[in-house]
Amino acid sequence: MDLYEYQARDMFEKHGVPVLPGIVAETPAEAKAAAEHLGGGTVVVKAQVKTGGRGKAGGVKLAHSPAEAEAAAAAILGMDIKGHTVHRVMIAAGAKIAEEYYFSVLLDRAERRYLAMCSVEGGMEIEELAVERPEALAKVAVDPQVGIDTAKAQEIVDVANFPEDLKAPVAAVIEKLWAVYANEDATLVEVNPLVRTEDGDIIALDGKVTLDENAAFRHEDHEALEDKAAADPLEAKAKALDLNYVKLDGAVGIIGNGAGLVMSTLDVVAYAGEAHGGVKPANFLDIGGGASAAVMANGLDVILHDPQVKSVFVNVFGGITSCIEVANGIVGALEQLGDEATKPLVVRLDGNSVDEGREILAAANHPLVTIVETMDGAAAKAAELANA
Amino acid sequence: MSIFINKDSKVIVQGMTGSEGMKHTTRMLASGTQIVGGVNPRKAGTSVEIDGAEIPVFGSVADAMAETGADVSVLFVPPAFTKSAVIEAVDAGMPLAVIITEGVPVADTAEFFSYAQSKGTRLIGPNCPGLITPGQSNVGITPANITGPGKIGLVSKSGTLTYQMMFELRDIGFSTAVGIGGDPIIGTTHIDCLEAFENDPETAAIVMIGEIGGDAEERAAAYIKANVTKPVVGYVAGFEAPEGKTMGHAGAIVSGSAGTAQAKKEALEAAGVKVGKTPTETAELMRQIING
Repeated sequence: MDLYEYQARDMFEKHGVPVLPGIVAETPAEAKAAAEHLGGGTVVVKAQVKTGGRGKAGGVKLAHSPAEAEAAAAAILGMDIKGHTVHRVMIAAGAKIAEEYYFSVLLDRAERRYLAMCSVEGGMEIEELAVERPEALAKVAVDPQVGIDTAKAQEIVDVANFPEDLKAPVAAVIEKLWAVYANEDATLVEVNPLVRTEDGDIIALDGKVTLDENAAFRHEDHEALEDKAAADPLEAKAKALDLNYVKLDGAVGIIGNGAGLVMSTLDVVAYAGEAHGGVKPANFLDIGGGASAAVMANGLDVILHDPQVKSVFVNVFGGITSCIEVANGIVGALEQLGDEATKPLVVRLDGNSVDEGREILAAANHPLVTIVETMDGAAAKAAELANA
Repeated sequence: MSIFINKDSKVIVQGMTGSEGMKHTTRMLASGTQIVGGVNPRKAGTSVEIDGAEIPVFGSVADAMAETGADVSVLFVPPAFTKSAVIEAVDAGMPLAVIITEGVPVADTAEFFSYAQSKGTRLIGPNCPGLITPGQSNVGITPANITGPGKIGLVSKSGTLTYQMMFELRDIGFSTAVGIGGDPIIGTTHIDCLEAFENDPETAAIVMIGEIGGDAEERAAAYIKANVTKPVVGYVAGFEAPEGKTMGHAGAIVSGSAGTAQAKKEALEAAGVKVGKTPTETAELMRQIING
């Protein structure tokens, strides 16, 4: 889960990382009040969106008075930045910046450990810096059994070539940023820019944090960080039913078991769709291993309520999952929906109890259900029906 | 031969007495796996009867190894306890630990992987179906009745795509099929399996299944080009996955322009690997190689 900047700021503050005062606002009036609360002087009004490049898009404005902050917020709220609508701004105290640096620590999948990156040249997009001036970006491996201790923080500032007098204060901030990473189960903590103010303070001016959702069970407070209002309504419904669902833009609803098979099903449908008007998958939905009839029925219910869906492809290879449960789930869901069910279903079953599963569907003989024996054949049929 | 497990593998189950552990221990036994014990400190000294077999329960992995000579452990332990269970297996000197558990925090995996590596324990998983050497040993949750022994080696991030591919190629059969798991950090990689299959005389050709996220497939492609002489066919899932969304597996995510299926497919093809557009087409490419 990616956090908003204001959430990252709060998390930094909790772990002792120096940050500037910042207040989140959802209306221009709130922005004005926030600017007043911060002393009525110069503030920065910053769009809160989970994407980069907001500065270039006009999502960050300097305001010299509460009235200007109100006007800036009015201009920024509702703005579209790379497909993300701005619903909140953060009003942050202004800082007199002397220099900008960069720091991040993240999961290094390939090396199966952590990687700290640091540069005395901050501010620009790190991808650009890595390409244009790779020698200016220090990359230091971090052992997961040790983390960033004092010695490692020292190594990072040494490799990044900070001037001698800044090494100790920057290293101290890096150790605190590691505390955020380790104690919050983050997979990314990035500060860009990390700044030195004219007064000589080292401050995290902008933060990006990604949290590991697998670790949610040991962080009760993380659930509150989720932006439930921003979620797609079908995604929210699926999540409430504990289904693994991602909304896409096509017309063929997809249900399958196992993340790999479902991803593959999306691809096979899009491939088959090339011959049927370019139809595409409408969603990703993994009912998981050993799913019951109830789980299957819940999945079908979510997909049949997607107005973009024109046909549904149920693709199951029963490993632990029994095709009997899948077939019963389909029959049960269609019974419950009654006349509400109007979209054709193409079902391909294989593996565990396939004969019994197919028999259940054959016996129910529902006019909307077509059984196709192969995955490729079923994808073609579902694509054809979505394009009819 | 085969890779990692064979008919002589002696397997213990950490978390055997839980519901998932019992269900899959029963299935593993039914498919011929030598299950020699379970581990549960609270039930040490007792035994569990499964389909007529008495499976002893030990208080620790070390006790189980000392008593039975076990050389493989399979873990059905909840995510919150997986790290300590893996560390226990590593400390006991277990050569191979297969972690089925889904939902392990990646910081825990990073830590226990680093520890296992330093002590010489091979980990497979987490978040994986385990591995099967058909007719000999089945460690994990792979259905044993899909296909029998044969000369194809298979390595995959995905469980159900493993089953699908075994089903597609059931007429030929498999030396070993390894589900390495879909988490961002996994103990055994595509490359580890490719190396093992290359050195396994009973494996004639290899199917490699990948998916979006990370660059393991690109690295595997480079490895194949430099080191693998046996034919490899590939399949990559996730062309339709949108940027920035996790697709079921914690590691299956396209970040910016990194980790795309297209890049993986191109890397594999550049290494001389034939890549199928669908699982069925991939199986057909393999069939052509085997049948000449």
